[in-house]
Amino acid sequence: MQLIDCPWCGPREENEFGYGGEAHIAYPENPAELDDTEWAHYVFFRDNPQGAFAERWVHTVGCRRWFNAVRDTVTYRFLAVYPIGAPRPDVPVLAPRASAPAAASPDHDAHAVAALEPTDAR
Amino acid sequence: MTRPTPRTPGAELPKHPTHLWNSPEPRRHYDVVVVGGGGHGLATAYYLVKNHGITDVAVIERGWLAGGNMARNTTIIRSNYLWDESSNFYDHALDLWEGLEDDLEYPILFSQRGVLNLAHTLQDVRDSRRRVEANRLNRVDAEWVDADGVKEICPIVNTSDDIRYPVLGATYQPSAGIAKHDYVAWGFARKAAEAGVHLIQDTQVTGFLTEGDRVTGVRTSRGDIGAGRVALAAAGRTATLTDELGIRIPIQSHPLQALVSELLEPVHPTVVMSNAVHVYVSQAHKGELVMGAGVDAFNGFGQRGPFHIIERQMAAAVELFPVFARAHLLRTWGGVVDVTPDASPIVGLTPYENLFLNCGWGTGGFKATPGIGDTFAHTVATGTPHPLVAPFALDRFVSGRLVDEHGAAAVAH
Ligand SMILES: Cc1cc2nc3c(=O)[nH]c(=O)nc-3n(C[C@H](O)[C@H](O)[C@H](O)COP(=O)(O)OP(=O)(O)OC[C@H]3O[C@@H](n4cnc5c(N)ncnc54)[C@H](O)[C@@H]3O)c2cc1C
Ligand SMILES: [Zn+2]
Repeated sequence: MQLIDCPWCGPREENEFGYGGEAHIAYPENPAELDDTEWAHYVFFRDNPQGAFAERWVHTVGCRRWFNAVRDTVTYRFLAVYPIGAPRPDVPVLAPRASAPAAASPDHDAHAVAALEPTDAR
Repeated sequence: MTRPTPRTPGAELPKHPTHLWNSPEPRRHYDVVVVGGGGHGLATAYYLVKNHGITDVAVIERGWLAGGNMARNTTIIRSNYLWDESSNFYDHALDLWEGLEDDLEYPILFSQRGVLNLAHTLQDVRDSRRRVEANRLNRVDAEWVDADGVKEICPIVNTSDDIRYPVLGATYQPSAGIAKHDYVAWGFARKAAEAGVHLIQDTQVTGFLTEGDRVTGVRTSRGDIGAGRVALAAAGRTATLTDELGIRIPIQSHPLQALVSELLEPVHPTVVMSNAVHVYVSQAHKGELVMGAGVDAFNGFGQRGPFHIIERQMAAAVELFPVFARAHLLRTWGGVVDVTPDASPIVGLTPYENLFLNCGWGTGGFKATPGIGDTFAHTVATGTPHPLVAPFALDRFVSGRLVDEHGAAAVAH
């Protein structure tokens, strides 16, 4: 079973986690201005790449917190794990650990991502 | 109610065919190029020939014929869907299944042994009874049976009330069943090839040639091939192709796993599905128990999935069928299924006048095979959606006219 690196708890078995689909889907800024097609795309349409995909996971039976990950949909390998609110990292990186500060300060996101190293751990 | 009688495993299996189609060099141009040589692509080619006299057709397949989901499914065929749009379509498919062996002049081992869809909670019971009534209004053979009825139809089901999810009853569709998936594909391939259709394997379609709002051909790993019309039947990989044309389709590709046991004496006379505990089981003609699960949660193209899904599926199977505890697991595998937001397929026209869409069948498209072949061929040949697939157009996600079949999909997704 694959281990997933929860940003707060560290590596845990995959069946401890729930899946939340594509990450970074922003709620429309001006909802009243959307037409039906735009609503349809916000509600129903998601990317479906073969390769790196930014998506949401929740550590259901652990800390119960949500986080984002970039995962390869062909090898299933996690390339990066990062807090909700942080931008999608460009390069494959390892997860930040519990010792990292909570995603509160505005510069935390950049810090968390920059401090990470390339992964080929799992 | 007719009770299926167990037969000697393997007795009805025909001999393996030696030669069913040739592997021609692709021509520069075809009237119709079908992308994807799964059951749907092959059936579409067959009905283009049979119903519309169109024989200048190529089916282009990236791997080997019918090696995708067609080779990986658990072969369950039924038409007990909730909504009119679905039950009308799947019942048309079931009608075609009933005559398919004669039509293809090839054995497909269609065995109408019935399907039980189990109910484990009061809400399951209410939903099931509602579906039975809806089925009957659409002239689909369906009935509600209580736990004793389940036991009578399939004696090995554990109907005691001290299991975690007791069986409270089931819907039963006697005309449902299974068929031998490989034989179905080979039967369509053989007839299509006989009529002159080119079945081109080991060739991946990588993109399209376009001129204005027309597609003029496909780009492939073996060069460009011109096309009067292009019919997509590439299942979970469709979005990869349509993205390039700027056509977004609401599909997420998920692994779906299944497994078989060693060969056993006939013990399981019908098909049993449970949406709540995520297992469905039938006994193949040779005697293997064939079992499937719900889709794996994450998106995946790896044609495999995590082992804990298999573990859960086997736990559910052993609880429902205590005799399975002694069966050995022989093989597990995964396919890539294309799941839509309303669990119904997407079929029909696209913004490109001569490009046609068929995808999103998720966990349930094997049973559609002759039905979609017939109606998709009509759509491609006439440029107008066949009435039975018209409700499944891409624009339903904008109009809101969804065909929400999560309840009747019988597999969680
Ligand atoms: C484990 C499992 C169990 C299932 N159980 C059932 C069941 O019991 N009953 C049921 O009704 N359905 C079931 N299904 C679903 C069913 O298998 C599918 O819905 C059905 O096979 C879809 O038919 P298809 O021909 O479109 O797909 P496929 O057979 O997958 O055909 C698509 C083909 O397109 C090819 N292709 C893709 N991209 C390209 C490209 N770019 N160029 C060229 N070729 C390409 C692929 O290689 C593939 O051969 C199950 C599926 C799985 C995985
Ligand atoms: Zn955690």
